[in-house]
Amino acid sequence: MKQYVIGVIVANITGVLSRVSGMFTRRGFNIDSLTVGETESSSFSRITIAFHGDEDLKERILQQIKKLHDVREVEVLDKKDTVIRELLLIKLRNKTENRQDIMTAVEIFRSKIVDYSASSLLIEITGETSKIDAFIELVKPYGIMEMCRTGIVAIERGENCLKTVNQ
Amino acid sequence: MMKISGAKTVVETLIEQGCDTVFGYPGGQVLDLFDEIYLAGDRIDFILTAHEQGAAHAADGYARATGKVGVCIATSGPGATNLVTGIATAALDSVPLVAITGNVSCGLIGRDSFQEVDIVGVTMPITKHNFIVKDVNELADTIRMAFKIAKSDRPGPVLVDIPKDVQLAYAEFTADRQPVIPYPLTLAAEEKLRKAAQMINAAKRPYVYFGGGVISGKAASQVRSFAERIDAPMGCSLMGLSAVPYDDPLFLGMQGMHGHYAASAAESEADLVIALGARFSDRATGNNERFARNFKVIHIDIDGAELMKNIPADLAIQGDIRDALERLSGMVEKSSRPKWRERIEALRAEEKKLCKRKTQTAEGMLSPQEIIGVISRAAGEDVNIVTDVGQHQMWVAQEYPLKRPRSFITSGGLGTMGFGMGATIGASKAVGRRSVLFTGDGSFGMDLNELATAVTEKIPLVVVIMNNGVLGMVRQLQTMFFDRRYSATTLGRKTDFVKLAEAFGAKGARPRNIAELEKIAGEAFAYDGPFVIDCPVDSNEFVLPMLKPNGSIDEIITEIK
Repeated sequence: MKQYVIGVIVANITGVLSRVSGMFTRRGFNIDSLTVGETESSSFSRITIAFHGDEDLKERILQQIKKLHDVREVEVLDKKDTVIRELLLIKLRNKTENRQDIMTAVEIFRSKIVDYSASSLLIEITGETSKIDAFIELVKPYGIMEMCRTGIVAIERGENCLKTVNQ
Repeated sequence: MMKISGAKTVVETLIEQGCDTVFGYPGGQVLDLFDEIYLAGDRIDFILTAHEQGAAHAADGYARATGKVGVCIATSGPGATNLVTGIATAALDSVPLVAITGNVSCGLIGRDSFQEVDIVGVTMPITKHNFIVKDVNELADTIRMAFKIAKSDRPGPVLVDIPKDVQLAYAEFTADRQPVIPYPLTLAAEEKLRKAAQMINAAKRPYVYFGGGVISGKAASQVRSFAERIDAPMGCSLMGLSAVPYDDPLFLGMQGMHGHYAASAAESEADLVIALGARFSDRATGNNERFARNFKVIHIDIDGAELMKNIPADLAIQGDIRDALERLSGMVEKSSRPKWRERIEALRAEEKKLCKRKTQTAEGMLSPQEIIGVISRAAGEDVNIVTDVGQHQMWVAQEYPLKRPRSFITSGGLGTMGFGMGATIGASKAVGRRSVLFTGDGSFGMDLNELATAVTEKIPLVVVIMNNGVLGMVRQLQTMFFDRRYSATTLGRKTDFVKLAEAFGAKGARPRNIAELEKIAGEAFAYDGPFVIDCPVDSNEFVLPMLKPNGSIDEIITEIK
């Protein structure tokens, strides 16, 4: 089982996210992560979906997505040639005995503290999923009050683009 | 250009798209639309059904009989949800359908208003696409798009939900006059067809398995000439029936769970299966794991999502089936395979031995096969053959001498009991031809309300009830796998279908033997309206042969004791 990341350009209209995510539910496909946002053209949105599966499953998912009327373009992103990022906001207990360790972790992970109070620390960190996972593991002992991650966004390096947005 | 109301826009656009008949049921949120239907009465025929589900099945039957887009209209809330089974039936069998529903005004949406339901949300997984139109300026183009989507590529149902205030609002209407043209068809890649031709030329025992795609893809005659050219036997799925005449020398009949032994056996002995417009449903293949172990598979279908879905094909080709077959026929060698033909004849002989045609049945009962024989002789070729779902459906699929594409109308994928009456009315309306509905007492119990519609519309229709007093198909499974514990399958009803027919204003009769059936059939086919023939059938008649769900051909069941 391998993780695939696909980029999908869809018409930016009501219900389009339900159609795409509903197709996954209906066909019994599992989603690891799904993010959506407007593109440079307000007529289109870009959905990034990550899922685990084999080559066959990937093909079936691609074919089913292509059939949706509101989908303009769908492509599997080659992971070695793609920048994949996720953002995490995580709130930790601000305890004197842990503060220095947290600061060190924040620095080493090139993240930043975006809110600081007597009892809590809010950290923002971006990176690949594995980096985010590692950071969470590291700070878990310090006491996670709450956290929120965006799921991944991804874009291929170089000239390769998901087409049609400007056409 | 002039401004017209949304309600009028719907009717004008339907007429523009070539729609001559609409099936439906009125209600509060479609009052304006129905007013326009009334005003356009000379240009569009409206058929009022007894229930919205009947309207959806009627639009479906209309589409199946003609290949045109069927249209049904219902009001919001319960009207819309009553269409759901009909829409799902059309979706599973790839039938082009446009369903129009009213909804509460935009400002009332989301407030659980009276008769409000999110029908777009409800039907999302059972439509090719659906729309809610909140701006009257987009209404005409949305309906045009609905027709385009419904009939493009692999056909299917599309729903358009129109809030009441949008029906009342005015917008400029440009009469396009031209029905929309479907999206250009995907055509098979040349090199893939060449590869297919090589595989076919190298094969010793090729077998053609076709499905409903050859009917909707208008490729019925291409399939026959292709099979003849490569000298391969053919079998089909339930949806493929009627594409090829039953007596084509290369045709072995329906394959699969209740199919002809020779078809399933030929497939299992083949070294190459060429699947055309079929989707390897579990009912047609049995156990998918063991299914494709002995042969290679070439799979051609217009829908790319069907390729590699149920069966890993050795060569998967996406493309229009008719074009693909025409080009492929020019690439394959004309072959003669006497040894394979000899084996096929041996399988046919084996089928005759294994699956003896039953003419004997219990005292005072009629054998299903004999009923079909009598009806087919009385009906002639110029009829639509429609079924409901259950044992009677399988008997008809096995036995009826079907000759002409689109002459057989049945709910295959969804297996909808209660499909028949609506579909029959739609089919008869569409082609102005008499229809025969084979049904069971169980199925007919679900759709007999539409007898009222058939009487009102004077539909020439012969309803043949195979009345065994039980839900036979499920009972058969209980007989085999549940030690005859007949949970909830014995109807024990006292319904007199002859009196019931008369109460509806139709005619009815109950034959006590085959000779009486012959006489009654003669009368029924001469009658200009619905005629119900209530045939007593023994509840211990089984659909045979049978492959167990998930079974394979070597485990065929030819007898149930």
